[in-house]
Amino acid sequence: MSVADLHIIASSGFFDTLIETLFLESYNTRLVVLGTAFLGATAGIIGSFLLLRKQSLLGDALSHATLPGIGIAFAVMVALGGSGRYLPGLLLGATITGLLGVLLVLAIRRTTRLKDDAAMGIVLSVFFGLGVAILKIVQEIPSASAAGLDSFIYGKPASMIMSDLIIIGVTLLLTIVICLIILKELTLLCFDDSFASTQGYPTTFLDIILMGLVTAVTVVGLQSVGLILIIALLITPPTAARFWTNDLRKMLWLSAFIGGLSGWLGASFSAFFEDLPAGAIIVITAGIIFLISMIFGPTRGVLPRYLRQRQLKRQVGRQHILRSVYEIMEAEQESHPLKNLPISLERLRDHRVWSKGELPRLIRQARSEDHLERQPSGELRLSESGFGEASRITRNHRLWELYLIKHADIAPSHVDRDADMVEHILGAEMVHQLEAELELQEHTLESPHVIENETPPNAV
Amino acid sequence: MTWTEADTGILLVGVLCAMACALPGCFLLLRRMSMMGDAISHAVLPGLAIAFLISHSRASWAMFIGAAIAGILTALFTQWISKFGKVDRGAAMGIVFTTLFAIGLILIKKTADNVDLDAGCVLYGAIEFTPLDQVVLWENESSLLRVPRAALVLGGALLFNALVIGLFYKEFTLASFDPALARTHGFRPMLMHYLLMIMVAVTTVASFEAVGSIIVIAMLIVPPATAFLITRNLPLLIGLSLGLAALGAILGHLSSQLIPSLIGLPETTSSGMMATMAGFLFLLVWLLGPQGLLRKPKIEGIPEPGLPPKL
Repeated sequence: MSVADLHIIASSGFFDTLIETLFLESYNTRLVVLGTAFLGATAGIIGSFLLLRKQSLLGDALSHATLPGIGIAFAVMVALGGSGRYLPGLLLGATITGLLGVLLVLAIRRTTRLKDDAAMGIVLSVFFGLGVAILKIVQEIPSASAAGLDSFIYGKPASMIMSDLIIIGVTLLLTIVICLIILKELTLLCFDDSFASTQGYPTTFLDIILMGLVTAVTVVGLQSVGLILIIALLITPPTAARFWTNDLRKMLWLSAFIGGLSGWLGASFSAFFEDLPAGAIIVITAGIIFLISMIFGPTRGVLPRYLRQRQLKRQVGRQHILRSVYEIMEAEQESHPLKNLPISLERLRDHRVWSKGELPRLIRQARSEDHLERQPSGELRLSESGFGEASRITRNHRLWELYLIKHADIAPSHVDRDADMVEHILGAEMVHQLEAELELQEHTLESPHVIENETPPNAV
Repeated sequence: MTWTEADTGILLVGVLCAMACALPGCFLLLRRMSMMGDAISHAVLPGLAIAFLISHSRASWAMFIGAAIAGILTALFTQWISKFGKVDRGAAMGIVFTTLFAIGLILIKKTADNVDLDAGCVLYGAIEFTPLDQVVLWENESSLLRVPRAALVLGGALLFNALVIGLFYKEFTLASFDPALARTHGFRPMLMHYLLMIMVAVTTVASFEAVGSIIVIAMLIVPPATAFLITRNLPLLIGLSLGLAALGAILGHLSSQLIPSLIGLPETTSSGMMATMAGFLFLLVWLLGPQGLLRKPKIEGIPEPGLPPKL
C-alpha cells in the first residue's frame, strides 16, 4: 500500500468503514463476511476429527484432487450443450474426483509398502497435474467461455452470492446435526479405532462419513477460499482449539468459533485490500489466532505449561532443602522434641547431591519465602513457619516410604529415591489415607532407613 | 505434430527437472517425509518474494538463498510446533506451509505483480516459455550451441544434488534407516535432515519456473515411489527413480502434444502432463509390477491343491 492509498483510506473514514464491515452493516460485504465465517466454522468442526484421527493432511490430498473433476465436469456439460459454468455440476465433478483421490490414498496404503505420506503426495500432485492439463485443454474449446475456472485454485470470496451463502449455511447445519448424532461413534473412532471395531462399530462406514463431510466442506469452500487455502481452515482452527481444552465437546465448539472468527475477520480485512488475495488474508488471520493459542492456551499452551513446570520445580526444590535441614537437625540432636537450632552450610552441602548452583538458588528461594534465616554467624536456621513446613514435609516423605516398604515391597535402602518421585504431589487427603492405611497418628516419624550423606566420596 | 527446437528445449528442461527432483525424493520417501516436499515447495514462496524485494532482481543466487532459508525455516517451525506445542506432525506441517504460502502470495502480489512470478505460474509453472530464454554455451563460425537458461539452472541443481548425495551417501543412508544408530556413530542425523531440506528447497526453486510448486511434488515423490514398488535395493532405487523420472517427463511432453490433437484441440501444458504420466507409470507398476495387484499372489510353502498331505 502506498502513502497515497493510506491517505485516501484515512480521509474516507477507514475505521468507520472497518467497523461497518465487521458488524455486517455494509450491504456489499455482509454476504461475504457471513459466508466465510460459516465456512470457517464448518471446516473447524470437521477438521477437529481429522486432527484427532491424525489425518489432517488428507484434506490436502482431497482438495487438490478436486481440480480434474472441475475440468471434466465443464467439458461434459459443454459437450451436452449446456453452459459449462453451471455451479452444481462443477461441484459434483469436484466431489467425484476428490473422493476418488481419497479412495486411491487408502488403496495405495493398504496394498503397497508405501506409507501415508507417499500415498497422499502421489495423489495430490498427480491429480493436480491432470487437473491443470485438463483445464488448459478446456480453455481452448471454442464457443465455451472457460475463463475464470482457475479461480477455484485461489478462490474469490468477493464473488459470493446469496445462493452460495445458503449452500454454506446448509452445509454448516448438516455438519452440526450429523456430528451431534454420531458424536460418540466419531469420538471412539478418533481415540481408539481398533477398540471401536472390536466393539462392533462400523469403522469403515464412519471413516466414509467423515471423508464425505471433509469433501463437502472442501467443495463448498473451493469457490470462496480456493483449493489450497481451504486446507488451512481444516487444520489451523482445530489445532488452535486443542491448546485451550482437553474436552472434545468444548474443543469442537471452540474450533468452530475460531474458524468462524478467522473467516469473519479475514473477510472483513480483505474488503479493504481488494488487490490482495482474500483467501490468503483469511489464512494469515487463522495463523495469528493459532500462534496466540499456542503461546497462551491455558491447557496445552507453551507459556502456561512452562509456568506450571517452573512452579512444580520450585516446590520440589523447596521440599528438598527443608527436608534436608530437618534431617540434619535430627541427626545432630539426641533429644525429643526437636529444637530449632541453626546448622552449618557445609553440613547442608554434604547432606545430599545438589546440582551445580542449585543449593545457593534454593537457599535464596527459601529465604525469600521466609522459611530460612541466615544467622549472623553465617549458619542457617529455619524460621517458625519453615520449621512447621519442614516437619510436615519430612513426615509426608516417611509416610510414603513406609507405605512403599509395606505394600510395594521396596527395600528400605532404596525407598528414599522412589518416595521422592511421588511425595511432592501428595495432597492432604492422600496423607489422611496413608495415615489410616498405616495406622499411624504420631506427630513425628522416624526414618525407616539410615540417613547418610549422599555426597559420593572424593576420588582417591 | 512438427518437432521444433522449442520442443527439444522443453524436453531437456523437463527431463533435467524430473531427474534433479528424484534424487532428494528418494530420501524423502525413505524417511517417510514425502509431505515435507509438499510443505517446502509451498513455503519457499515468501523466501523468493523477500529475496526479490531485497535484491531487486531475479538473480538466481538471491532466489536460491531465499529458498534455502525458507526451506530450513519450514522444517524448523514444523519441528518447534510439534515439539513445544505437542501437535501432530502432519497438522504442524499443514499450518506452517499454508500460512507461509499465504504470506508469500501477498508479498508477490504486492511486489512483483508484473514480473513473471505471477500467482498462476507459482502453482504449475510455465515450461512452454523456458526455451525463449536461451544461453549460448559455445560458439564459433560453424556452429552454435544454445540451451534454455532453465536447463542450465536445473542441470546445476541435478549436479548439486548428485554431489551432496555422493559425498554423504553413507550418512544419508544410515540417517534414513536408523537415526538412533546414526547418532551413536556420530553422524549427526539432524544435520543430514537439514541438508536434505536444503536440497529439496534448492531443487524446488530451480524447478519453479518450469513446473511450479505443486507439480514439483509429483517429480519429487512419484518416481521414487514407483521405484520403491520394484526394488528394495537403495542404489537400484536411486537409479530406477532417475530412469522413471526421465521417462515420465518425455512421455509427458509427447502426450501433451499428441493427446489433445486426437479430439482436434491444440496442445495442453507439458508440466501437467508430466505429472500425469509419472502417475500413469506408478499406476502401471502398482497393477502389473513384481508385487502388482493384478498378479496372481504366489505364496511359497503351500502345497498344490489336490495333493494329499504327507503323513
